[in-house]
Amino acid sequence: MRDAPAVDRIRAGQMAEPSTAGRFGGFGGRFVPESLVPACQEVERAFREAWADPRFRGQLDRLLAGYAGRPTALTPAWRLSGDLGITLLLKREDLAHTGSHKINNVLGQALLARRMGKTRLIAETGAGQHGVATATAAALLGMRATVFMGQRDIERQALNVFRMEMLGAEVVPVTSGSRTLKDSCNEAMRHWVGAVEDSYYCIGSVMGPHPYPWMVREFQRVIGDEARTQCATELPAAVPDYVVACVGGGSNAAGTFAGFVDTSARLIGVEAAGGAAMTDGAVGVLHGFRSRVLQDDQGQIAEAHSVAAGLDYPGIGPEHAHLGELGRATYVTVGDDEVVAAVHRLARSEGILCALESAHAVAWVIRAAESGELPPGATVLLTLSGRGDKDMSALMELA
Amino acid sequence: MTLETHLRAVREGGRTALVPYVTGGITESWTDLLAAYEAAGADAIEIGLPFSDPMLDGVTIQEASDRSLARGTTVESILSDLAGISVGIPLIAMTYANLALRDGFCARLRAAGVVALVVPDVPLDEVSDLERSAAAAGVELVLLAAPSTPPAKLPEIATRSRGFLYAISRMGTTGEAGELAESATVLADAIRNATDLPVLVGFGVSTPAHAVHAARHADGVVVASTLMRALLDGATPSEVGARVAAMRTALDTMAP
Repeated sequence: MRDAPAVDRIRAGQMAEPSTAGRFGGFGGRFVPESLVPACQEVERAFREAWADPRFRGQLDRLLAGYAGRPTALTPAWRLSGDLGITLLLKREDLAHTGSHKINNVLGQALLARRMGKTRLIAETGAGQHGVATATAAALLGMRATVFMGQRDIERQALNVFRMEMLGAEVVPVTSGSRTLKDSCNEAMRHWVGAVEDSYYCIGSVMGPHPYPWMVREFQRVIGDEARTQCATELPAAVPDYVVACVGGGSNAAGTFAGFVDTSARLIGVEAAGGAAMTDGAVGVLHGFRSRVLQDDQGQIAEAHSVAAGLDYPGIGPEHAHLGELGRATYVTVGDDEVVAAVHRLARSEGILCALESAHAVAWVIRAAESGELPPGATVLLTLSGRGDKDMSALMELA
Repeated sequence: MTLETHLRAVREGGRTALVPYVTGGITESWTDLLAAYEAAGADAIEIGLPFSDPMLDGVTIQEASDRSLARGTTVESILSDLAGISVGIPLIAMTYANLALRDGFCARLRAAGVVALVVPDVPLDEVSDLERSAAAAGVELVLLAAPSTPPAKLPEIATRSRGFLYAISRMGTTGEAGELAESATVLADAIRNATDLPVLVGFGVSTPAHAVHAARHADGVVVASTLMRALLDGATPSEVGARVAAMRTALDTMAP
């Protein structure tokens, strides 16, 4: 057991700026070819300036409010709460424009790219949500967008491919490696090396080389900041006992945790059992950062497997690895079957069809409440990161 | 003799260093390529230790890596293949951070007779840990510079690089090219202004003419994708060796 002052120090000091080398404890950094170092430095300089510039913040806030539909609602899940004997509050990122939290980050980065004089956005995507958000922001700001997507994901998420193309983006199939998210990250990075002059790499999660994990968390902290304020009016204790979010790379979780890291709330990140970098990974370097990564005993990166394409990522954001190591956040896993059951249960009890990714968080809450791990009467804030429309064909196949 | 001493001697002998590449374990008999390269007049050989997610490699080296990994190749298997043979020129390993930063990696290389290491996703700012373990193991850690590297940074890269300085010819991944990028000679000139360390140009050195062009601005060339493409398309080790020999001849007979 850590003593109370130590816990307070952990709470107070976390989720601020990383070190100048982009480290969260021993994780993070900038493991990119020398070719890309100046481009990363340029992004870092531009982000520091923009984030300190009230005009930039004002522009972003106006887009988040008038375009993305923020603040998103905090919805008490009445019937499910009653069934489980807890108080469950849903932070409704599924209601944000384009249907997930991805838009928060993308609007920030696209504004930044335009401020840097870039005319084109490059992005990787797994389930397609980040690709759709990037295509959307590019259309809004009059930029071009190229989205790299694994061939296997293109087949699984045909609807999102069509959405991106409708929005004017070019979708490039990635046929290397496992043909999923990790390979589309490789391909986007490779492409960026040759396109740094006019192109900005818009990374979709709290991953990649410094400053991306920090910057993406800052663009997503709006989730946690809003939820903190909303919980203060909704809950007698002002702060929930538990804050729960799903984790692939971990951007919605990072944004949510950022609003509560200095409170007494227990932070729970829920990974897919088939892609659990925190639980099953080892320390390694992938896609420009040091973190926990799924890999074999030879150091070759393993493929993640989840019913949720957005969680098919073998790594986890470096700040999560750090929070986990400190014990400030806890990372747990749920399996595909529980996840599909959770989608159904939330749909039937609350009239909300959530994304398979988000359903990981729901599944853990259900399991933990039923097992008694969540004590009766516990208050739980859960970030519902996206809506489930994109998953209907996958769910139809499973039905 | 260190790789750096060797390459300086090559330069002092008025010769351009020719460093062909092979993906370790790409075929059952991949070490035959080492003999073929040596016989063709190579001054050192770069051996790729395949990684599942090679961020700076284009389609050819990706395909070569995938083929090797699909055969069950591991770092250990490559190093033990090397233990059974004798090569008279220095061997340089090339791989990615996730493999290179594993405990004991550099010591295992050295034990297998590999004298130097290139890790393209560990830039100068991240190099300290690897630098220490390489130095402790007696492995020369080769650093890289790219066309985007600010000239002001070249002296520090040169000071901390061992063996030689690897000049990435262009803003892009490895892969065959129609012509050598203009940025290759600009970068090589800038590096030569900053240091006396041997400078080798790599990425897209695909033909004897490219090699000759690069050699006018650098101390040597690294040749990879064009050789692996030939091998992947079915060329025998001696046919691949013949390509290296053609480059050797072109370099040795180039007008001063």
